[in-house]
Amino acid sequence: MTKENLDIKKTKEDILMQINDVGLIYQSKNGETEAVKNFKLKVKNGEFVSIVGPSGCGKTTMLSIMSGILPVTSGEVLLDGKNIKDTKKYIGYMFQRDELFEWRTVWQNIMLGLEIKKQVSQKQKDYANSLIEKYGLKDFVNKKPKELSGGMRQRVALIRTLVLEPQILLLDEPFSALDFQTRLSVCDDVASIIKNEHKTAILVTHDISEAISMADRVVVLTKRPATVKTEFDINLGNVTPLQKRENPEFSNLFNLIWKELDK
Amino acid sequence: MKNNTKDINIKNDINIQKIEKITNNVKKIQKKSKKLIKNKNFLIKPQKNTQNKTTENLNKQHISTAREEYLRKQKKRKIFVISIRVLILVVFFALWQILADTGAINVFVFSSPLKIIVTIGDLFASGNLLYHIFITFYEAFLGFLIATVLGYLIAIILWWNDRLREILEPYIIILNSLPKVALGPIIIIWFGAGTKAIIVMAILIMIIITVISILNSFVTCDKNKILLMQSMGASKWQILTKLVMPNGRREFMSVLKINVGMTWVGTIMGEYLVSKAGLGYLIVYGSQVFKLDLVMTSILILCLLAGVMYGFVCLIEKWVNNR
Repeated sequence: MTKENLDIKKTKEDILMQINDVGLIYQSKNGETEAVKNFKLKVKNGEFVSIVGPSGCGKTTMLSIMSGILPVTSGEVLLDGKNIKDTKKYIGYMFQRDELFEWRTVWQNIMLGLEIKKQVSQKQKDYANSLIEKYGLKDFVNKKPKELSGGMRQRVALIRTLVLEPQILLLDEPFSALDFQTRLSVCDDVASIIKNEHKTAILVTHDISEAISMADRVVVLTKRPATVKTEFDINLGNVTPLQKRENPEFSNLFNLIWKELDK
Repeated sequence: MKNNTKDINIKNDINIQKIEKITNNVKKIQKKSKKLIKNKNFLIKPQKNTQNKTTENLNKQHISTAREEYLRKQKKRKIFVISIRVLILVVFFALWQILADTGAINVFVFSSPLKIIVTIGDLFASGNLLYHIFITFYEAFLGFLIATVLGYLIAIILWWNDRLREILEPYIIILNSLPKVALGPIIIIWFGAGTKAIIVMAILIMIIITVISILNSFVTCDKNKILLMQSMGASKWQILTKLVMPNGRREFMSVLKINVGMTWVGTIMGEYLVSKAGLGYLIVYGSQVFKLDLVMTSILILCLLAGVMYGFVCLIEKWVNNR
């Protein structure tokens, strides 16, 4: 009994992001649109959560809310127990395209966030260099983004996010601009980098297999207004996304989620 | 009949000889240029990044005959283009001179290259040439500089304040479609009959289009990139200087290129309306006293000046693009 209590306490403490009954109503010339309604979600420290939903259900909107860029109409988003608007902590945001600045070299792109925060110290540079070296970009630091492959560019974008040591990573279909072949390998890359650096991440995608293969938990959303429909815990072992896809359990999960989405 | 064919044969022979001579010359030139290009490569190589060295060596070893053939063709093409360009210029002036000498055109109305050279000599001797060139160049350059800088600043202000942008939009559009020459008389009254009025004229011609083009490059900046900057906690100033301004550098360069042409339009127009010196003044004065030599000379110098200034902007563009 006491042990159970302890466990509950532990999980409670471990919650990094808490979304409490968030609602969002868009105002436009044509009227009001309810985009999000009674959204509830808890994300544990170090957890990888995927969010899937029917297209146009407001997945990206949810990410903007979680990043604090988009203010909510009702409810609140807490990061480490503090309201997202008040927290000074950095939330890493990765977009559908890598959004690298073409006029900057790889190194200058990676330094962008630190420049903005005016934190370019030797310690930060060393950290950036260690990431660059670890993830195979050492020979490309002085190259311009257009000289890199799609997969490399996405890795640069990830490192640009990581050097700011984000509390949480928000990934908005970061692989959708890549061709299928690259997509699988970049997916592996990114997942292993995030695991290696012990980061918490929330991935938004319309690709069910991607969601299952990368995440510890898959959250299925309803149609607009978006709210959480079901959650699936994924226990396919501590292997890479590509290996997870080979697990026989994988297709079962896929079918379950597919049906859930279709309902 | 026989004689005729003989004649033709002889003529053909002469032609063939000529062609052979020319091809020989071309070959010589090609050889020389090849040597030059080789030397150039030799000079450039050691400066390149050491990182590239391995790949470069690889490329060097594996240079195929097809590649060589391709490079040779490219070189040939370049030489051909340049020589034809020069040829057009030479033929144009030669034809002009020949037509003038044979009396096919009236020298009094059309002038001639030789007469232009004489006119340049005279103007230079009297010390007037450099003075007139300087006045026009000074006006054009100052107009160009002020219009570009001012236009850029206004674009920044309008980007910063989107309510102001919305308010001013119709005024900007109307000002853009207004023919600025219509303002000429007012400008003369306000700024006096002198250099100031001419520079204002040039600025007016350039500034609206500068504001519109630059502003357009600012507001079309990728929304996701701005979102990215915001997620990193960037201020509006940082978004402007680190993203929006460098993002619009291509548009800025094309504005510079447009302006470098427009500034001469504005300056010469201003000088037509009101001036005591400058190349525009020489053109007006020359046509009034029917000294077409003077008119042609001024136009030719104007061509050169505008070309040099344009070339300078192109150099800046290359530098910006390579950064």
